[in-house]
Amino acid sequence: MAYSEKVMEHFSNPRNVGEIEDADGIGEVGNPKCGDIMKMYIKVNDGIIEDVKFKTFGCGAAIATSSMATELIKGKKIEEALKLTNKAVMEALGGLPPVKVHCSVLAEQAIKTTIADYYRKRGIDPEPIIGSLKSCNHDQELCNCDNCTCE
Amino acid sequence: MNKYIYADNAATTQVSERVLKAMLPYYKERFGNPSSIYSIGQEAKDAVESARQIVASYLNADMDEIYFTSGGSESDNWAIKGIAYQMGKKGKKHIITTKFEHHAVLHTVEALEKEGFEITYLDVHEDGIIRLDELENAIRKDTALVTIIYANNEIGTIQPIEEIGKICREKGVIFHTDAVQAVSNVPIDVKSQNIDLLSLSGHKFHAPKGVGALYIKRGITLEKLIHGGAQERKQRAGTENVAGIVGLSVALKEACDNMEERNKRVVAMRDKLIDNLLKIDKSRLNGHRTKRLPGNVNMSFRGIEGESLLLMLGAKGICASSGSACTSGSLDPSHVLLAIGLPHETAHGSLRLTIGGDNTEEEIDYILKEIPSIIENLRRMSPLWEKIIKEEN
Repeated sequence: MAYSEKVMEHFSNPRNVGEIEDADGIGEVGNPKCGDIMKMYIKVNDGIIEDVKFKTFGCGAAIATSSMATELIKGKKIEEALKLTNKAVMEALGGLPPVKVHCSVLAEQAIKTTIADYYRKRGIDPEPIIGSLKSCNHDQELCNCDNCTCE
Repeated sequence: MNKYIYADNAATTQVSERVLKAMLPYYKERFGNPSSIYSIGQEAKDAVESARQIVASYLNADMDEIYFTSGGSESDNWAIKGIAYQMGKKGKKHIITTKFEHHAVLHTVEALEKEGFEITYLDVHEDGIIRLDELENAIRKDTALVTIIYANNEIGTIQPIEEIGKICREKGVIFHTDAVQAVSNVPIDVKSQNIDLLSLSGHKFHAPKGVGALYIKRGITLEKLIHGGAQERKQRAGTENVAGIVGLSVALKEACDNMEERNKRVVAMRDKLIDNLLKIDKSRLNGHRTKRLPGNVNMSFRGIEGESLLLMLGAKGICASSGSACTSGSLDPSHVLLAIGLPHETAHGSLRLTIGGDNTEEEIDYILKEIPSIIENLRRMSPLWEKIIKEEN
C-alpha cells in the first residue's frame, strides 16, 4: 500500500485544521472503534461556505481526505458543496489505495452531515435536500469492520 | 546519524556482514546440490550438516532433531498440521493454543477447525501471559497438541515455556512453540524446557529471509507437509537452501554468543524508551513490564491513530510498526491488543518499537525527542482526544 504524493502532502500539511467557535454548522461522522472520526465546522454567509475547519482522528488517508474535502468546498455555494462526491475527493488526491476508499466516503459524509446541521439550525428539514444520512460511515462493499453496523 | 533509524527488528533484520560473507561461496564456487556425489555436491552437503550441528547445539538439541525449512510459517504449518493429521487418525482432534498467536499458527488452526478439529484458545490476560491452571484445565483425553507462542511478536511477552512443557509432558500431550521471536534473544534449551517441537526463522536474527528450521524431538512422528525428494531425512522435500542454511547457522552462532552482552545494552535502551514514553499523558505499555523480549516496546497513546503516527515517524526517518488496523489492510486493530483487553480505539493508537543490537543510545534519544511532539500534533487535530479530555473534566 502506497500513498500518492498528493495524499502525503495533504497529510503532512493538512489545510483548515481546527475549530470554528461560532460555527453555523457542525458535523461529526465515523466511529472510534473503526479507527476514524471526522468533525467538521462551517461558517456560512449568503449561502456561501466562507470558512471551514476540521478535526480528524484517523489514518493518513483520513487526514488527507478531510484536508482535501475542506479545500474543495471552501468559498463554494452550499448547493455546490453538496454535489461533492467521494470520487472527486479521491481524484483530487491522485487516487487512494483500495482499502482506503472508505476514508473518502467518510469525508463526503462529513460535509453532508455538517450542512444538514446548518439547515437544521435554520429550521429547515435537511432530508428533502440532502436525503437520509446513513448512520454507517463505512462503505459496505469495502468495509469489513466487525463493529460497523452497516445494514 | 544514519539516514534512517531502524526500530523494527521484530519485522526483520539486516543480514550481517559475517553472515553474508559465509553465504556467498555457496552461490558460486560451492554451488553444488547436496544430493550429488561428486565433491562440490558433498561440500554443500557438509556445509548443511555442520550448520545443522550448530543450530542443534544452540537449542541443546541433537543434530538429527533439526529440520531446515523455508521459514517460520512453514515450520508452524508443518508442526501443527503434521501432528494434527497424525493424531487425528487416532481420534485425537483437539488442539490448544492462545488467543494471540502469530497468524502462521492462528490461521493454521482455523483451517484445521474447518476440517473438524476442535480448538481451545487460552486467554492471555491483561499482562499477555497465559495461566498454567487454565492450560491444565483445558487439556483433555483427545488433546493432540498444545501450541503456544514463546514470545509474542507484537507485545513481546514471554510465556512460562518450561512449566507449559512440564504440564504437557505429565499429561502426555505434544507441545509445540513458535519461537520465531525468541530464538537469539533468550536462551533456549529444548531439553530442560520440555519442548517437543520448536519453530524458528533466520531473518529475525540477521540471517536472510526464506530460511528457518523446525526442531522435532526424537521419537515424535508427524505427517509430511512437503512431499518429494529424500532431503531432510525424507521428512521435508526440496533441494536445500544451502547458502541460506549456512547463513542461518552463522547468524545464530553470532547472536547467541553475544546474547548476554547485547541484551544488557538492548534492555537498557528498551527501558529508557518505556520509562520516557510512559511520561506522555494517557499512554500505556502493552504487555508485562519485565517478562518481555529485551528489545520490545509496545505502547498505546489514546486519542491518536497508529498509521498516522507511523507516517509521521517515517517522515522523521524512524522505522516502526503499529497494531493499527490501517497498517494491516483491514479495519480491525491487532488481535493481539484486543486479546489483552484493549478497547478498539486504544488498540488503533498503538506503536511497536523493536530494538536490536545495532541500535545506539543516540538513536533512542532521537526517537524520544520526536515522539512527544508528533503525538501532540496528532492529538491537536483529533476529535477523539477532545472528547477524552472533556470527559475527564
